[in-house]
Amino acid sequence: MRFGFAVRLAARESRHGIRRVGVYMASITLGVAALVAIHSFRDDVARSVREQAEILLGADVRLASNRPLPDSVTRIVDSLSAAGVAVARVTTTGSMVLAPASGDVRLIQLQAVEPGYPFYGSVRTSPSGEWPIALTEGGVLVDPAVLTQLRVDLGDTLVVGRERLIIRGAVDDLPTTLGYQTAVGPRIYVSPATLASAGLLTTGSLARYQAFLRIPDPEARQALVTRYEDVFEQTRVRFSTADGQAQELSSSVEFMGEFLALVGLGALLLGGIGVASAIHVYVKERRPSVAVLRCLGARQATLFTAYLLQAAGMGLAGSAAGVVLGVLVQRVLPWALAGVLPVAVTPRISLVAVSAGLGIGVWVSVMFALVPLLEVRNVPPLQALRRDFEDATRRRDPARVGAYLGVLGTVVLLCVIEAPEVGLGLGFAGGLSVVVALLAGFGWSLTHVVRRFFPSGAPYPIRQGVSNLFRPRNQTVSLTVALGFGTFVVGTIIQIQGSLLDDLRVSFGEDRPNVLLFDIQEDQVDGVRALLPETSRGGATATPLVSSRIVAIHGRSIADLRADTASVDRPEGWASRREYRNTSRVELGPAEALVEGGWWDDPMETGGLPRVSLEEDVAESLRVGVGDRITWNVAGVEIESMVSSIRQVDWERLEPNFFAVFEPGVLDGAPQTVIMVARLEDAEERAVFQRSLVGAFPNVSALDFSRAQLAIDAVLSRVRQAIAFLGAFSAMAGMVVLMGSLSASASQRMREAALLKTLGARRGQILRILLVEYVALGTLATATGLVLAVIASAVMVPTLFQVAFHLHAGTLAAIWVSVAVLTAGVGLLGSRRVLTQPPLEVLRDR
Amino acid sequence: MIIQAHGLEKTYLSGGHPLTVLRDVDLEVAPESFVAVVGPSGSGKTTLLGLLAGLDRPTRGRVILDGVDIFASTEDERAEFRARRVGFVFQSFHLLPTLTALENVLVPLELRGEGREHRDRAVDLLARVGLSGRMEHYPSQLSGGEQQRVALARAFVHRPRILFADEPTGNLDGETEKGVVSILEELNRESRTTLVLVTHDLSLAERAHRIVALANGEIVSDRPGGGA
Repeated sequence: MRFGFAVRLAARESRHGIRRVGVYMASITLGVAALVAIHSFRDDVARSVREQAEILLGADVRLASNRPLPDSVTRIVDSLSAAGVAVARVTTTGSMVLAPASGDVRLIQLQAVEPGYPFYGSVRTSPSGEWPIALTEGGVLVDPAVLTQLRVDLGDTLVVGRERLIIRGAVDDLPTTLGYQTAVGPRIYVSPATLASAGLLTTGSLARYQAFLRIPDPEARQALVTRYEDVFEQTRVRFSTADGQAQELSSSVEFMGEFLALVGLGALLLGGIGVASAIHVYVKERRPSVAVLRCLGARQATLFTAYLLQAAGMGLAGSAAGVVLGVLVQRVLPWALAGVLPVAVTPRISLVAVSAGLGIGVWVSVMFALVPLLEVRNVPPLQALRRDFEDATRRRDPARVGAYLGVLGTVVLLCVIEAPEVGLGLGFAGGLSVVVALLAGFGWSLTHVVRRFFPSGAPYPIRQGVSNLFRPRNQTVSLTVALGFGTFVVGTIIQIQGSLLDDLRVSFGEDRPNVLLFDIQEDQVDGVRALLPETSRGGATATPLVSSRIVAIHGRSIADLRADTASVDRPEGWASRREYRNTSRVELGPAEALVEGGWWDDPMETGGLPRVSLEEDVAESLRVGVGDRITWNVAGVEIESMVSSIRQVDWERLEPNFFAVFEPGVLDGAPQTVIMVARLEDAEERAVFQRSLVGAFPNVSALDFSRAQLAIDAVLSRVRQAIAFLGAFSAMAGMVVLMGSLSASASQRMREAALLKTLGARRGQILRILLVEYVALGTLATATGLVLAVIASAVMVPTLFQVAFHLHAGTLAAIWVSVAVLTAGVGLLGSRRVLTQPPLEVLRDR
Repeated sequence: MIIQAHGLEKTYLSGGHPLTVLRDVDLEVAPESFVAVVGPSGSGKTTLLGLLAGLDRPTRGRVILDGVDIFASTEDERAEFRARRVGFVFQSFHLLPTLTALENVLVPLELRGEGREHRDRAVDLLARVGLSGRMEHYPSQLSGGEQQRVALARAFVHRPRILFADEPTGNLDGETEKGVVSILEELNRESRTTLVLVTHDLSLAERAHRIVALANGEIVSDRPGGGA
C-alpha cells in the first residue's frame, strides 16, 4: 500500500465531495455536544456541591429532631460549647402570619435562630448588615417572597402569634437555603426569645429542632460520631455532617444524571448512525472515481485508507464543532436549571470532558464509518466502463464481520461508559442490539410481505412506489433500521421525559379538599369548624393525631430486635425508630384499600388486644403481618396492639393518611392534636377564613394547597424546561440522521425520476411514486421504532427512574405523523431538482 | 412535416462565460423518414436531439412536433406529449434497475394508465427482440445487447409517432450492434415511425434516408443517405 498517495488522495478528494455530505456529519456534532455538555455539567455540579457543602449546611455538624432535643443530647451540646465549640440552635415551625397593612394571612415557616448561624458563608440582607442584629433586637427578617405574598414592605408590622414584629429587612441570600425552597415555602426569621414570647409551640406542634456545631477538624468530628452515636440513635436525633450533606444533595439530582446519561448516549448513537449514512452517501458518490482509480492501478488497501482518512478527518471536524457547541450548552444549563439545582453552579471547562468528547467523537465516527467504507474495496474496476455493472458474487468478507463487531463493541463500550453502572450499561447495550435486530428483521419481513401481498390492482404510481420496497437495490432494511432506530431513541427519551414530568406534577382534584388545618387542640375543633363558611362545614373532616413510638414487636424490644443484625425479622431503622402520628378511624379513608385482613366489622380473635391496621410498606419494613403484636408508647403509656389488617395507601392524594390506624376508642384520652381538611371554593373565601382563623386561634395553621400548587408549579416548570431542552438534542440528532439516511438513496431515485420524465412521466406521477415509497417506509419504520420505544420505556421508567410509567400516546402519535411527513418531505425535497430541471441530463449520462 | 425546428439556439453558462453549443439551426423532418444526425464530439448533436424532443428549453427558436409548438406548453404537457407520441433509445440503455425487463417495457404504457390492457403488446415486443425467456430478469442480470433490446421494445411499445435514438449502438460490440440496428430498422418500418438518430458511426448513418451533419453547433451538410 502506498500511504503517501493515500494521504494526498484523501486531501484532494475531500476538497470537493465533503461539502455535500459534511452537513450530515452534524449528527456527530450534536452527539459530541450532548456528551461534552452533560459530562462537564455533571463535573460542575459535583464540584460545586463539594466546594459548598459546609456553606450549605451552615456548619460542620448538624443535630436535628422533630421534638425538643432531649436532655442527654443537650448535655452533650452544652459540654461541647463549654469546650469552645461554636454552637447555634435553630427552631423551625409553621405559623399563621397576619399582615395588618394588607389584611393578608398566610401559613409561613418561622425560623428562630441563635446568633452565629450560619457559621459558613455570609447572609445578604437588604438593607445590608441586618443579620443577625435585627433578630436579637426583637425584629423580624423575611424572605423576599413573603413581602410579595403578604403585600407588605420593610417597616411594616407582622402579627405572629401573640407578637407584633417590625419587618427590619429582607434576606436576599441565606446560603443554607436552596432557591426553590424559599419559592415553595418562604420563611421569616426571629430570635429564640421572640419565638418563645409568641407562644406558638404547644404540645404536639409540628416543629424541627436543630443544633449546628462548628467542628472544622474532621478527626474531631469522627470522634464525636463514634463517642455519641448510640445516644443519638436512642434519642432519635439525626446527625449529619457536611460531607454527608454533599452526598445527599448530589443524589437529590441523581435522576437528572441518569436521564442526562440516556440523552447523551442516545445523541451519540444517533450521531454514529448519521456518520454511517453520510459515509454511505459519500462512498456511493465516489464510486465512479474509485472505479477509475482501480483501473489506473490503485490498490484496494490504498483507496480504503484514503477514504478512511477522510472519514476520520470529517469525524474530527464534526467532533471539534461538537466540543465548542457542548461548552456553550454547558454554560446555558446552570441558567436553565437555576433555582432547581442545590447549589450555585459555576461552569468551568473540563479538560477531561472536552478531550473525552473529541476522542469518543472521532472513535465513533471511524467505527461507524467502517462498514460503508469497506464498500470502497468492492468497487469493481469494470464499473468505470459500465456503470450498471455489479459484481454479483457476494463473498463472505471477514473484514465486514470485523467492522460490524467493531460497531457492536463501540456501542457496548459507550453504554458502559455512559450508564451509571456497568451492569446497566451492558443492559442498555443488550437492549439496543435487540432493538436493531428487531428493526432489521422487521424491514426484511416487510420486503417479503409487500412482495407477497402486492397491490396488483392499484394504479401505476402506487404499484411502482410499493415495488421499490422490495426491488433490487431497495433501501427498505437500511432505512427501516435508521428511521426506526432514530424514532426509537427519540421516542424513548420523550416517553421517559413525559413520565418524569408527570411524576413532578402534583394534582389537586376538583372535589378534593384544598385547605389543611393543623395543630388544632381538641377543644378548638368545634370553634374552628364554626369559622368555616356554611357550605364547607359538612365536608370538613377532623382527624385526631396521637404521637406514638414503637416500643416492642412480639414482646421483643426494638433495641433488641435491631441488635440482631443477622435476623430476617430485623425491622428497618426508619420504621422502628420514627415518631408515629397515629389516628383512629371508623371507616377506611378515600385513598385507602385493604390488601390483607379485615376492617373493624370483621370478627377477629385478638385475645382482648386492641386492633391496628398498618400501611403495607411500613408493615413490610417492620417485618410484621396480620396477627402480629406491636407495643406502642403513647405519651408514656404502653399500649399493646394486634395487627388486624394491611392497607394500601395512595400517598399522592392529598388526604390525611396514616401508617397506623387504630380501632375507634383505643386512643380516646391520649393527648392529641387534630387536623382538619376542607374545601373552600374561591380564593376570597379562603382569605377571609384564614384571617378570622388567625384572630381566633393563633396556634392553628392553615395550608392553602392551591397557593402551594402555584409555587410548586413555578419550580417544576423550570425542571420541565431543562428536561425538554436536553430531550430536544436527541430530536435534532434524529432529524439529521433522517436526512442523512434518505440522501443515501437520493441519487438513485433522482436518476430514475429523470428517466421516467424523459419517457413522458408528469411531475405529479413522479411525485406520487416517491410519495408512496417514502410514506410507506416512514410510517412503518417509525411505528416499529415507537412500539419498541414504548416497550423500552415501560421497562426503564419504573426500574431505573422509579416513577410510574404513563403512556404518552398523543406525543407518540405526533412523533409518528411528523416523522412520516418529514420522511416524505425530506425525500421529496431531495428529488426536487428532478421535478424542476429539464431531463436532458439523462441523455448526457451523468 | 412532423418535425419543424426554426432558429434553434442554445447557450450554456460555462464557468461564468456563455458557451453557444447550437446556433440558428433550422431543420424539417418528413413523417416516417429516417434521419441521421452526425458530427464530431461537441458538435451539438445530443443538444439538438434534446431540444427536438423537448427535454430542454432552447435559448432561442421554436420546435413544432407533430403540429404542437412544444415550448409553448408546460413541462408536464411536454411530458404528456412524450408519453403519447415520442419514444427514446439511449446510448447507455437507461433501464430502471428496480424493474424487470417486462416492467421496463411497460413503463410508457403505465404512464398513460394503459399498462394492463396492452400487456400482451409488451410481451410480443420482447419476443420480437428475442427476449421471451428473460422477461422477468432485472437489468443487472442482462448483457448490454439484451438491455438495449429491452430499451428498443420500450421505445416502440406505445406506438410513438417519432423515435429519438442517441448513439443506440455506442456501447455495443460489432455483432450485437448489427442485431440491434436491424431490429431498430425493422420495428421502425413496421410501425411507420419517424426516426431521428444521433451517431458518429458513419456506416450506421449511411442506412438513413437523410444525413444531417453538425459542426460547431451549425448544420454543415444535409444530404440523402444510403437508405433513401
